[in-house]
Amino acid sequence: MKDFGYTVIKQRTIDYDQFDGRLLNEVLQMEPSFKVCLSCGGCTATCSANDLVSFNVRRMNLLLRRGETVELESEIKKCMLCGKCMLVCPRGINIRNVIMLIKKSILKYNPVKS
Amino acid sequence: MKKEGKIQVWQDYQKEIADDHYFYVRSCIRQNFFPGSEQTFLKILRKELGKDIYENPHHTSCSGIGYHSDIVPFDTIQTIVARQFALMTEAGYQNIAVSCITSFGIYNEIIETWKEYPAELEKVRNFLKKATGREFEVPQNVAHASDIVYKFREDIATHGKFRLINHKTGKPLKVVEHIGCHYSKMFPCKGVGGAEFPYVLAGMIEAWGGEVIDYPERRHCCGFGFRQYLIMSNRGYSVSNSRKKFESMEPYKPDFIVSNCPGCPMFLDRWQYVIEEMEGKTFGPDGQGIPVLTYEEMAGLVLGYNPWDMGMQMHQTNVEPLLDKMGIQYDPELKYANKEGKQIGHPTMVRCGC
Repeated sequence: MKDFGYTVIKQRTIDYDQFDGRLLNEVLQMEPSFKVCLSCGGCTATCSANDLVSFNVRRMNLLLRRGETVELESEIKKCMLCGKCMLVCPRGINIRNVIMLIKKSILKYNPVKS
Repeated sequence: MKKEGKIQVWQDYQKEIADDHYFYVRSCIRQNFFPGSEQTFLKILRKELGKDIYENPHHTSCSGIGYHSDIVPFDTIQTIVARQFALMTEAGYQNIAVSCITSFGIYNEIIETWKEYPAELEKVRNFLKKATGREFEVPQNVAHASDIVYKFREDIATHGKFRLINHKTGKPLKVVEHIGCHYSKMFPCKGVGGAEFPYVLAGMIEAWGGEVIDYPERRHCCGFGFRQYLIMSNRGYSVSNSRKKFESMEPYKPDFIVSNCPGCPMFLDRWQYVIEEMEGKTFGPDGQGIPVLTYEEMAGLVLGYNPWDMGMQMHQTNVEPLLDKMGIQYDPELKYANKEGKQIGHPTMVRCGC
């Protein structure tokens, strides 16, 4: 195959017919405060782990809501559970609990990894 | 929807296209990509339709590609466009016929700017006067060349020797029509059918016997996008857009694609070769590509013009499967012959489907 110096980029479309919302639904059921997240990014701005690695709580939220559990599993390992994000959250979301719930349940819903 | 309602809605998507006496402005890139198309357009208008169309060899690029790539400032492009209008005014014409979709969008954008901000118009008049001593009038009618072919599509059908019909099966050819984004997505009222229901190419296809394919990504951009293509490392964006369209149209088994833009047929044609080289994937039957035509080439084939005289040997995706379906006689030996019939050599570049 020839190398032209560029490649065809794979589509990033989320197919909601194929969307697996089981993990999201479980997290929202166990931690209902997460429903009111407005994606302001305050959590990411204050994150201790974000100083050291490319951890982004808002991105974690997005991955969860898109059902991209493979990426979510590697992303969530970066959290140090310090809880500073909870201090700045304008909606009072228990973000640490959200992360713990994801950690607990992700293997159940991630057939690739499990 | 009731028929009366449809007629009412459709009235909002009509545009006025001048009937005769056009000042023609060519595209800078089409003369390289599809060098016979503009000549075919002029031949159709002058010989088949008996229209008056004039072009001045002193007209230049509109510099639209530079403008959309943030290289040419707005003041500069306004003055360049004003000079084209000055050539039109000096030749005694009021209707401009534009070959290029990028230029068509540029002319409309600048004329609309002058309507909204008359001070800009006065500034540009001053710039042009100081730089060249020329004066100009704003055109009364701006038509894209495809608008004009659309307007006279029934006359072309009357003069036609072929129809967009598979001569072996008698069924209409399935055609993908692709409208350049700057035709009506910038100013919907400037295009036949607006941005949502552009009918300029579909009207030609239907008038000449073909069947228009309505596929999911029909209105998606071809991926040219100026900056996406100009830097090599960005071209993945461009080819990915085209691939998305090919994937979407493939299940409908199109016989060919037709476009009214300079960039779209170029990329829809060449990217098929690139995708075949990169991934071994072709989108037509039997390992062939889907032929990509300009609307002038489509009209020329309907009128029985020689495909090699229209420059169709410049296509990277072979057009012979389409010519065979339409029952058009052609001499394969003359594909790469000059006017005197002498062979000028085959291209070294491999073609899609070969």
